[in-house]
Amino acid sequence: MTSPNVVPSEPFVINIGPQHPSTHGVFRIRATVDGEKVVEAEMVMGYLHRSMEKLAEERTYTQNIPFTDRTDYLASMSNNLGYCLAVEKLAGIEVPARGDAIRVIMAELQRLASHCMAVGAFTNDTGAWQTPVMWTFREREKILDIFEMTSGARLTCNYMRIGGVAFDLRPEFEPAVRKVLKEFTPFIDDMAALLVENEIFLARTRGVGVLSAEMAANSSVAGPMLRGSGIAWDIRKADPYCGYEKYDFEIPIGYQGDSFDRFIVRLEEMRQSVKIIQQALDGLPGGPHSTQVPLALRPPAGEAYARIEGPRGELGYYVISDEGPSPYRFHIRPPSFINLSALREMTVGGTVADAIVVLGSIDIVVGEIDR
Amino acid sequence: MQFLVTSNWYDIRDLSNLSRLILESVDKVAPFGVVYVLAPLIGFVASFLIFVLPSQLIVGVYGERKIIGRMQSRYGPNRVGPFGLLQPIADAIKLMQKEALTPTISDRAVMWIAPVIFVAPAVMVFAVIPFGPRMVIADIPVSILYYMAISSIPVLAAFMAGWSHNNKYSLFGSIRIVAMTISYEVPLVLALLGVVVFTHTLNLNEMVGWQKHFDIWVIALQPLAFVIYFIAVSAELNRTPTDIAEAESEIVAGYLTEYSGMKWGLFYGMDIGYALAASAFGATVFLGGWSFFGLDKWIPTWLIIIAKTHAFYFLFIWTRGTLPRLRSDQLMAFAWKFMLPIALLNLFVMATERMIWKEADFEQAYLYVFAVVNILFSIAVVYFWARFLGYKPENTPTKPRMVRDARGYVPLSELPGEGGRH
Repeated sequence: MTSPNVVPSEPFVINIGPQHPSTHGVFRIRATVDGEKVVEAEMVMGYLHRSMEKLAEERTYTQNIPFTDRTDYLASMSNNLGYCLAVEKLAGIEVPARGDAIRVIMAELQRLASHCMAVGAFTNDTGAWQTPVMWTFREREKILDIFEMTSGARLTCNYMRIGGVAFDLRPEFEPAVRKVLKEFTPFIDDMAALLVENEIFLARTRGVGVLSAEMAANSSVAGPMLRGSGIAWDIRKADPYCGYEKYDFEIPIGYQGDSFDRFIVRLEEMRQSVKIIQQALDGLPGGPHSTQVPLALRPPAGEAYARIEGPRGELGYYVISDEGPSPYRFHIRPPSFINLSALREMTVGGTVADAIVVLGSIDIVVGEIDR
Repeated sequence: MQFLVTSNWYDIRDLSNLSRLILESVDKVAPFGVVYVLAPLIGFVASFLIFVLPSQLIVGVYGERKIIGRMQSRYGPNRVGPFGLLQPIADAIKLMQKEALTPTISDRAVMWIAPVIFVAPAVMVFAVIPFGPRMVIADIPVSILYYMAISSIPVLAAFMAGWSHNNKYSLFGSIRIVAMTISYEVPLVLALLGVVVFTHTLNLNEMVGWQKHFDIWVIALQPLAFVIYFIAVSAELNRTPTDIAEAESEIVAGYLTEYSGMKWGLFYGMDIGYALAASAFGATVFLGGWSFFGLDKWIPTWLIIIAKTHAFYFLFIWTRGTLPRLRSDQLMAFAWKFMLPIALLNLFVMATERMIWKEADFEQAYLYVFAVVNILFSIAVVYFWARFLGYKPENTPTKPRMVRDARGYVPLSELPGEGGRH
């Protein structure tokens, strides 16, 4: 493209976002392009900043749980879980076995719902005109119905509590989940049949946005991005929480770290999640769903960092207590934000169309990036 | 050619009777020459009322949205009118009410004239489509050339539209559409040249007559040309697998980014008009036009061509609902590396078969042999040429590698996945 024989060209700046169909929110890439080729990409973020970390310092530990819903609004259960684990670690609270199992079921259902969104939006970015995204939304809708049945809310569930979960499962929960899971595996097969062997899809995603294993590790990306680059790393295996060590599942890893690898890793993770939920449902223990925790919780002074494997990667919550009723410091390690740090590496040198595909394969949620 | 069609004006199997009656009665009272102006007008109005408008509204807008809705497991329009049938009309009224914004930094004159230039050829291309043996508005001897020439004009309008906006997304779109059209005109014309060489006519009505006479459709004789025509025309029309000029997820709306209101509506509506024209043309050239193995004696021929056009149009809807979009460089590479060589090969084969057929004194049976040979030949050519260019599906891993524990980097030499390695 830059050989001396071609007509001399002048790079110009094009704003992809903040109002753009493919930025998944108000995110902006300030791309310098030479023809169709991206020569420089700069991320501009902060359009959705809501100052959650500071606000949380003014509220009690329990009052902070709804904030975590609204960081990554596509994975509210996972965010609830991460925060509750951090506070429980800080205050030394034990969670009953049933609470743990329900948390696992919810977190994995949330992973299914979130990956549905990720896969659908990603295929939309490659130009599959709305069909895959409609299919994934159809399945996601069933999971959201289960959330509504359990917690009363579809998107911002606010279901986890410090010491367990807010309420016990309803009697119709188990058959409903089993019905969804039964329909889910054929759906994943359908998606794979529609896209994984589609030549156009392969041409658009294979070798696009390659993130080498070294680069992935050095920029500390996590989740499907890290696994797509061929690094077997999953917090559920490496640092189990909520009794994940009891469940039998595998970690899918990619080959060369391109967008296609990240896509098939997500599809396979959905299959593994189905497996985990089935095991958790089979061995669902009885007993209380939560321990009694005082409403005005005052954990001993100290700090705690809890991490879980969110749908987008390592989701960490860091809480410092000064024995007051609200946290002295509240910090989130949002996986989307850290994963975005590899964006420039992956987009520069590709075309504008590739940049969109790469952005879709990262699976960002802007609420989480800007908090 | 035998027809049961009479010359009575009330015989709706051939609408040219009616138009002749009107013209003859006008000629008696009007001064000399008026009928020559009136005749094409009647033709255009009739073809618009019978074909373009209902097809555009019911098949192009409503049908497309409904069928794609079913493909996407949703209902599609079902609110306005019975079964949502009035949705296109409601949309049109809404578009007319909307303000057509013009950005201050845009080139106003060009931006205003571009939709007009876009619309006019869409009406003109229907002039040569034969709706029946006598139902052609302009039965010119080189109607294929006319069609090719006219159907290339909208690209100019799209380029003007993109250029006039002074918007970078529009610029991307307009440059892409020009580059794409230049690439795809070549295999398109070569594919049609194969048909012309074999049927030995440049007139669409004679081509239909040829297909009717030999009782074989050109698609059976030249499946390769049909596939090339379909892909090339869907690229030129910006239909979804190849809609890089208005790629929604990349460049917002391409050359239409700054258009709003009815200016946008004209582009949208006429995109469907061009797709219908291309479908009608494809149905005429490849699917036998208004003939249907003798049934055209009984069924009005214009109904047959409309049905075939809509069947062809369904292919556009189908690909739009299922396929992702190619990148612009991949699309160009596909035209030049894949379609152009096989179009040339198709032309060569057709020329050879024409020679053989001529030697055999235009024997009917030879056509069936050619059809079988060409269908097998097409499959072989596509398969081997794709292989030659590096198509290796068995080397693509369709499943990721699986590991049991989190142990960091797993080299590619370890644990080959189920689908094999790169």
